[in-house]
Amino acid sequence: MRIAYIAVILFLVTLGSVVFNFTTPFHFDAIGSNWELIDITVYITFIVCGVAFVALGLLMAWWVYKFQYQEGKFAEYEPENAKLESQLTIITTIGVVVMLAPGLVAWNDYINPPSDAYELEVYSKQWNWMYRFPGADGIFGAAHNKYVDLDNPFGMKPGDPYGEDDILITDKTVKIPVDRPVKVLLRSQDVLHDFWVPAIRAKMDAVPGMVTYFWFEPIVERVYEVLCAELCGRNHFNMRGEMHVVSMNEYSTWLNDQVTWAGMQAGAVPLSPEAALGRDIANDAGCFACHSTDGTQRDTGPTWLDIWDGTVELDDGTTRVRDEAYIVKSILDPHAEIVLGYTTTMTTSELTDEELQSILDYMKGLKSAPAKQETTDENESENAEPSSEVDSTTIPGEDPSTN
Amino acid sequence: MATVEVPYQETVPLHHPKTWIGKYIFSQDHKIIAVQYGITAMAVGLVALILSEFMRLQIAFPEAGFMAFFTADHYYQAITMHGMIMVIYLLTAFLLGAFGNFCVPLMCGARDMVFPFVNMLSYWVYLLSVIILMISYFVPGGPTGAGWTLYPPQTITQGTPGVDWGIATMLISLAVFIVAFTMGGLNYITTILQARTRGLTLMRMPLTVWGIFIATFLGLIAFPALFVSAVMMLLDKFLKTSFFMPAIVSLGSKLEYSGGQPLLFQHLFWFFGHPEVYIVALPAFGVISDLISVHARKNIFGYRMMVWAIVAIGALSLIVWAHHMYVAGMHPSFGFFFATTTLIIAVPTALKVYNWILTLWRANIRITVPMLFALAFVLTFIVGGITGLFLGNVIIDIPLSDTYFVVAHFHMVMGVSPILAIFGGIYHWYPKLTGRMLNDTIGRIHFYFTFIGTYAIYFPMHYLGFIGVPRRYYETGISEFYPVAAHNLNKFITIAALIVGVSQILFIFNLVHSYFKGKKAPANPWGANSLEWCTPETPPRHGNWEDRLPTVHRWAYDFGVPGEEKDHIPQTVPRRKAS
Repeated sequence: MRIAYIAVILFLVTLGSVVFNFTTPFHFDAIGSNWELIDITVYITFIVCGVAFVALGLLMAWWVYKFQYQEGKFAEYEPENAKLESQLTIITTIGVVVMLAPGLVAWNDYINPPSDAYELEVYSKQWNWMYRFPGADGIFGAAHNKYVDLDNPFGMKPGDPYGEDDILITDKTVKIPVDRPVKVLLRSQDVLHDFWVPAIRAKMDAVPGMVTYFWFEPIVERVYEVLCAELCGRNHFNMRGEMHVVSMNEYSTWLNDQVTWAGMQAGAVPLSPEAALGRDIANDAGCFACHSTDGTQRDTGPTWLDIWDGTVELDDGTTRVRDEAYIVKSILDPHAEIVLGYTTTMTTSELTDEELQSILDYMKGLKSAPAKQETTDENESENAEPSSEVDSTTIPGEDPSTN
Repeated sequence: MATVEVPYQETVPLHHPKTWIGKYIFSQDHKIIAVQYGITAMAVGLVALILSEFMRLQIAFPEAGFMAFFTADHYYQAITMHGMIMVIYLLTAFLLGAFGNFCVPLMCGARDMVFPFVNMLSYWVYLLSVIILMISYFVPGGPTGAGWTLYPPQTITQGTPGVDWGIATMLISLAVFIVAFTMGGLNYITTILQARTRGLTLMRMPLTVWGIFIATFLGLIAFPALFVSAVMMLLDKFLKTSFFMPAIVSLGSKLEYSGGQPLLFQHLFWFFGHPEVYIVALPAFGVISDLISVHARKNIFGYRMMVWAIVAIGALSLIVWAHHMYVAGMHPSFGFFFATTTLIIAVPTALKVYNWILTLWRANIRITVPMLFALAFVLTFIVGGITGLFLGNVIIDIPLSDTYFVVAHFHMVMGVSPILAIFGGIYHWYPKLTGRMLNDTIGRIHFYFTFIGTYAIYFPMHYLGFIGVPRRYYETGISEFYPVAAHNLNKFITIAALIVGVSQILFIFNLVHSYFKGKKAPANPWGANSLEWCTPETPPRHGNWEDRLPTVHRWAYDFGVPGEEKDHIPQTVPRRKAS
C-alpha cells in the first residue's frame, strides 16, 4: 500500500498544533483585574475545543491512512445512521452548554457594575484619551459634543452646577486606586474608539452620541499601557494612553493636583488676537489631533510647547536646529524631516501664507511657564495654555473617591 | 409511479449564437459566464493577494528601506481593499458567480439558466462593479482606508484616508455589485426550483446545489441591508443627512450632523455581514461534501442530515449578526441572546464536520488533488469553527475582539477554508469545463504549499491575540503587549505568506498550460454520479444536452452499492426493480 502523505501531514499538523499550544509563550498575561471568570471560561473552552480538535484531526488522519483506494474494493454502503447522528448531536450540545453557561454567568457580572463602584469618564477623540472624575459632589455635570471648543475640551454644559467641580484631565495618563471597582463611562468626540488595557481583559467601544460603559476592579499596583482597539483613522495605532493603578494615598494626592472645570475656566488667560487667530487656524487644520500644546508627550506627534527652542534629533541620526525654516518645512512637507521616535501620518496642509504666519506666531508664544507661575503675570499673553491653567489652579482637598 | 413531467426547458427552442462575440464575449451560455466570473474574480483576487503581501511586509519589517514608501494611509487602504475584495468580489463572486453558474444548470440537468440574458447582464454589471472599485486607486486621495467594515463616523470624516473620493467609489461599487448579485441570484433560485430535469427531486440534488441554493436565498435577504446602508452613507457623506452621524467635532471642526446613530449602520452592516459568512461557507460546504464523497468512493454520510443542516445553518445565520458587536456599546442584554444563538449554530455545523469525517470511514479513498484540498478544508474549517466558539461566547469576545485572534479566526474560517474549497472545485471540474486534465504533479505541489503555508500563517496568529496584539495597527513598536518574540513570530508569518503567495503562480501556470497542453479528459474522469458528468460531450456544448434532457432515477451518491458491478452508479441509470 502506498504511503498517503496527506495522512502523515494531517497527523503532524494536528500534533504540531497541540505542541505549539503548550510550548508557546503567547497566552494571556497575568491578569490585573477581577475578571478571573473570563480566564476560566477561556480555559474551559480551550479544553472542550482542544479535545474535539485532536479527536477529529487524528481520526481523519487515521482513516485517510487506513482506507486508501484499492482497485476493485467497495466502500461500506451506509447512507445514514440515525442513532449515531443523534448521539453526536447530544454530545455536541453538551459541549456547547459547558462553554456557554459560565460565559453567560460572567457576562451577567460584566454588565452589572457593583453598587460601590465609583465612576470615571473616558472621553476620547482623534487621537488621544482624556479623563473626567465627577469631583466633590460625586455627580458628573452634563456634557455634549456640541459645547466643545478650544476652551471647553470636554464639552461641559455651560452653567451646569454639577459640572463646576468635575475634575478634567487632558493628559494621557490617568491614575486609579487599587482594589476599588470602577465603572468606566465612555464618550467620544468624533469617531469610534475603544479603551483597552489587555491585562484588565475588559473593553468597550466609545461611540459618539451615546455613553457606553464597562467595569473592573484593578488588583495589582502597576503602570499599564492603554490602547485604542477600534479603528479610528490614520493615527489609530498611535492612540496610546497610560493607566496607573496606585495606592489610595497616591491617587488622592494626584487627584488633588488636577484642575476642576471651574478652575479651568478661571485660569484661562486670554490670548492676543494674533495668537488666538493662529490657534483657531491650527485647530481648523486639525493640528491638535496629534500635537499637544501643554507639553504632553504623545506618540502621534511632538508637542508644540517650547518647539521654537534648541535642537531636535531626526530619525536619520542628524540633529537639526528648530528655527523658523525648520518649522515651516515641517508643516509644508511633513515627510521630509521626521523627529526621532515618530512615524508621521501628517498630511500636507493647504494654508495661505497669512494663515501659516498666524500659526507660526502662535507657536512662537508656546513657552514653558516659569517655575513660579503666580509671580509672573507679565504681558506674555500667548503663554496661556492648558499647562499653565493646570499649574495655576488648586482645587479643594475633597477626595471624591471616599464616598 | 408518479407522472413524468416534461421539463420546461425541453419545450422551448434554444438559439445558438452565430458570432464569435456572441459565443465568447456577450455570451448567454452559463458555462462561459461562469468562466468570465471566475477569471474576473481571480484577477481581482490577485490584487487582494498582492495587497496582503504588502501588509505582511509592513507588519514584519516596518523599518526596512523597501517599505519606506508604504505609509499609514497605504496600509489602511490596503486592509480595506483586501478585505472587501476577498469577501465580496472574490469569494462571493467565485462561489456563486462561477461555481453557481457552472454547477446549477448542469447538475440540475437543465440546458441553461432560466433567464440567460439576465444572467449575462449579471456578469457585465459585476465587471462594472469591479472596475468602479479599481478606479478607487486612481481617484484623488486613493481608496478608502476605513476598514472593510466601513464603520461611521470614521468612514466619512477627515482623518481617514480616501474620505473624499475613495469612499464614494467603494459604496457605489458595492451597490452595483448587489444589482449584479440580485440578477444572478434570482436566476439560480428560479433555475433550481423550476428547471430541474425529470426525476430530480429536491432530496436527490447534489449538496453543491443545496449549498448554492440556500446561500443565494441568504444573499437575497442580506444584501439589501448592505445596499441601504451604502445608500444612506452616501447621503450622509454628500447631502449631509444624519442617518449614522451624531453631533461630532472632527479634528477641531464642528460638523453639521446631529442625531444620527453609528450603531444603526453596524446593525445593518452585520445583518448583511453575518449571513455573508454563510453565503460563502454554504456553497463551500456543498462542494466539499461532493468532493469527499466522489473521491472517497462512498456515499456522503447522512445526506438528509446534511441538507437539513444547511437549511438550519442558513436560517440561524440570520439571527446571530450582533455577535460582531459585543464591544460596540449596544444594549448589554443583547449579549445573552446573540451568544446563545451563535453557539447553537455550532451544533448543525459540527454535524457537517462529523459527517464529512464519517464519510471517510471504511471508504475507498482516492487521494486525488481535489481530495487533498477537501481534506485540508475539513481540518482548516475545524480550527476556524472552534475558534468561533471562543468569539461567539460573548464574555470571551471581550478580551479577544479587535485582536489578531479575530484576524486569524476569520481568515481560517472564511478565507482559507472557502479558498481551499474553490481550489478543490477547480481541480475537480476543470476536466469537464475544458476537456483537459490539470497537471497532477503541479497540483500536488501547489496543494502542499497552500495548505501547510496557510496553516503556518494563521494557526500561530491566534496566539498573538491572547497577549493583546491589536489588529489594524500600522506600526506596533516593541512594548509590553508586543514583545520581541511576538515580532519574530510576525516575521515568520510574513515569510510563510510570501511563500504561499508566490506558490500561486504554479496554479495559474497549471490553469493556462493545461488548457493547451493538458492530457485529454475523459467524460467522467473521477467516476462521479451527478449529472454534469453525464453530458453527451466534454466539454458540454451550448444547451448541454441533446434533444432530450436526462432523466434522473436516484440520488447522486450511489457509491459502492453492494451487488453492483461498478463502484458508482450515475444518477441517470434506472433503479433495478426491487427483488
